[in-house]
Amino acid sequence: MLEIKDLHAAVDGKEILKGLSLTVNAGEVHAIMGPNGSGKSTLSYVLAGRAGYKITSGSIRYRGEDLAALAPEERAAKGIFLAMQYPVEIPGVTTLTFLKTALNAQRRARGESELDAMGVLKRVRARASELKVSEEMLKRALNVGFSGGEKKRLEILQMALFEPRLAILDETDSGLDIDALKLVAEGVNALRAPERAMLVITHYQRLLQYIVPDRVHVLSAGRIVREGGPELAHELEAKGYEDIVRSAA
Amino acid sequence: MAAVETREKVSALAEKYKYGFVTDIEMERAPKGLSEDTVRYISAKKGEPDWMLAWRLSAFRRWVEMREPNWARVHYPKIDYQDAYYYAAPKNTPAKQSLDEVDPKLLETYNKLGIPLSEQMLLAGVAVDAVFDSVSVATTFKAKLNEAGVIFCPISEAIRDHPDLVRKYLGTVVPVTDNFFSTLNSAVFSDGTFVFVPKGVRCPMELSTYFRINASETGQFERTLIIADEGSYVSYLEGCTAPKRDENQLHAAVVELVALDGAEIKYSTVQNWYPGDEEGKGGIYNFVTKRGDCRGRDSKISWTQVETGSAITWKYPSCILRGDNSVGEFYSIAIANHYQQADTGTKMIHLGRNTRSRIVSKGISAGRAQNTYRGLVSVHPKAANARNHTQCDSLLIGKQCGAHTVPYIESRNPSARIEHEATTSKIAEDQLFYCLQRGINPEEAVALIVNGFCKEVLQQLPMEFAVEAQKLVGISLEGSVG
Ligand SMILES: Nc1ncnc2c1ncn2[C@@H]1O[C@H](COP(=O)(O)OP(=O)(O)OP(=O)(O)O)[C@@H](O)[C@H]1O
Ligand SMILES: [Mg+2]
Repeated sequence: MLEIKDLHAAVDGKEILKGLSLTVNAGEVHAIMGPNGSGKSTLSYVLAGRAGYKITSGSIRYRGEDLAALAPEERAAKGIFLAMQYPVEIPGVTTLTFLKTALNAQRRARGESELDAMGVLKRVRARASELKVSEEMLKRALNVGFSGGEKKRLEILQMALFEPRLAILDETDSGLDIDALKLVAEGVNALRAPERAMLVITHYQRLLQYIVPDRVHVLSAGRIVREGGPELAHELEAKGYEDIVRSAA
Repeated sequence: MAAVETREKVSALAEKYKYGFVTDIEMERAPKGLSEDTVRYISAKKGEPDWMLAWRLSAFRRWVEMREPNWARVHYPKIDYQDAYYYAAPKNTPAKQSLDEVDPKLLETYNKLGIPLSEQMLLAGVAVDAVFDSVSVATTFKAKLNEAGVIFCPISEAIRDHPDLVRKYLGTVVPVTDNFFSTLNSAVFSDGTFVFVPKGVRCPMELSTYFRINASETGQFERTLIIADEGSYVSYLEGCTAPKRDENQLHAAVVELVALDGAEIKYSTVQNWYPGDEEGKGGIYNFVTKRGDCRGRDSKISWTQVETGSAITWKYPSCILRGDNSVGEFYSIAIANHYQQADTGTKMIHLGRNTRSRIVSKGISAGRAQNTYRGLVSVHPKAANARNHTQCDSLLIGKQCGAHTVPYIESRNPSARIEHEATTSKIAEDQLFYCLQRGINPEEAVALIVNGFCKEVLQQLPMEFAVEAQKLVGISLEGSVG
């Protein structure tokens, strides 16, 4: 599904990712952990194709295709979804309008028929109730005045709506209360499927209790410094990053 | 059989429709240039009464002594007023028989705007008797208005058929000598719209110039007069979201609104004249004078405009709040892309007591465009308790465009309360990225964000107009993101 080889990437001319390699197969969930500033969000932006995030060397292949050749909206239509660490507010654009525009844009790009307002609403409602996203929230401007937790739940709602092939969750758990954390985890688990892969970026072992990953990677200073199974997350929780990072250096 | 009958009926209606809305077709035009003779020629061609000619001539004599204003933040080569035609009979091009004969580029835009097929035909000048729906709609429309006693007709017709009303109100809101362009209009106006809503009548439908559209004739010097008698209400829609082209570069319209006691006029405009090409070549110069007079107490006039076209826009729809407790509103979206220049805003003149005004202006600049909001809020000594709230927001797309805000405030009554808020922002990279990440392409993303920015104004438009206007916002900004 995703094959990253010796990836170097720079932001504003500053190299942040320094030789990162990672392979994720269909059906797998991988967790990425690592200290603040290690490059986790940078990796997610590079995968999503954000302007200003430049691949200087190495390669990313997504379902056999060179990802660098695709525009961000093309990547989205081909199934890459990024739940952002800091979801963005768009004043004046109601959440439902945004969802409809995005869903239909993706469908159009894939040569599927567009859905009318009712069709979109049906799909949104089905997922919204599971994630406790209220109708009232859907009528408000996108993310404007939403609490931190509400924003994160809306990200997961979008993931459920778009049914991506590769979902990247950047610290979706931070800012969530325990109940919301469970809801979000359930939402994620419901989407686990043989044809889908997930990259879960988190600081906390707690999320990984609910979403049990196949592999855990530790990112430090722009490189993967350790890999392991779910037990690695426990070890990190107990010891912190310092030891692991030091022993890797 | 039935089909043939229907067809005949419709053709008959179409004939009526044609003559109801179009001035007589002549093949001649006035000689180039502007003189008293030109004015006489126009008046004669229209078969006008003497008082109308006298009115035009007095305007012309004043105009000769006036100078073109230069205070607006717009730049254009000097206009040679003697090198233009002031009266040209509509081109007698044969009507097209089907949409196949229409420029595909134009049709593409219509499709993007979601304009129904029958309307596309009308707009593109396909023979009107081929457009069954629209014609019958137009006809039922006229019947309903007659029943309510509403007069809605070309102003040339009103000059003939309702001379008393025209004489009583024409030039009472925008005086003949008001400004260079309005005075020019007074001398040479070609045609326009007249509306009179009688006492206590709520006009049964939105009045739309769309029902008056004639592809071969365009309003270079349009004149509009709308009168809402006591306790009446009317909503008037001017313009069209479809792009309009015209060989005449200079446009100078005048619109006068009169609201008597307790009356309300809602005037909505979508202006999409040809803006010139991406290099700034060509395009319409649009110098408009629009003014509403809240002449009666408890009256209300509300202007809503979506200005996306023209190379140069010079336009300040205003309200004179003469009656006590009267209300003036101005909601505006002005979009300038490529090399367009827009200098637009409003004047709220508070004369009566407890008068209130509200201004919401959304200016969007992209490419190398310059967009200026120019507004005046004036409170006269007798206007006790006058209130104004102004919200003026500018959005910049790219680095080479400009936004300017020029608010003038004059308060001569200490009990007045005037509030002015202004913001300037850019489309943020993170907003754009968020949209792209969700699969929305850059142009659609800009359209979405800008529509959000304009929401407060778009909400003021009648529903069916608002949907088209939203699409228009997107189309006007095409090519503004790299
Ligand atoms: N525009 C920029 N210019 C220079 N440095 C940048 C820029 N953007 C990010 N960085 C730096 O890149 C590094 C990695 O940032 P990134 O956001 O990827 O970290 P992270 O692992 O997601 O951290 P956190 O756990 O705090 O979310 C940081 O040191 C950050 O300061
Ligand atoms: Mg981060």
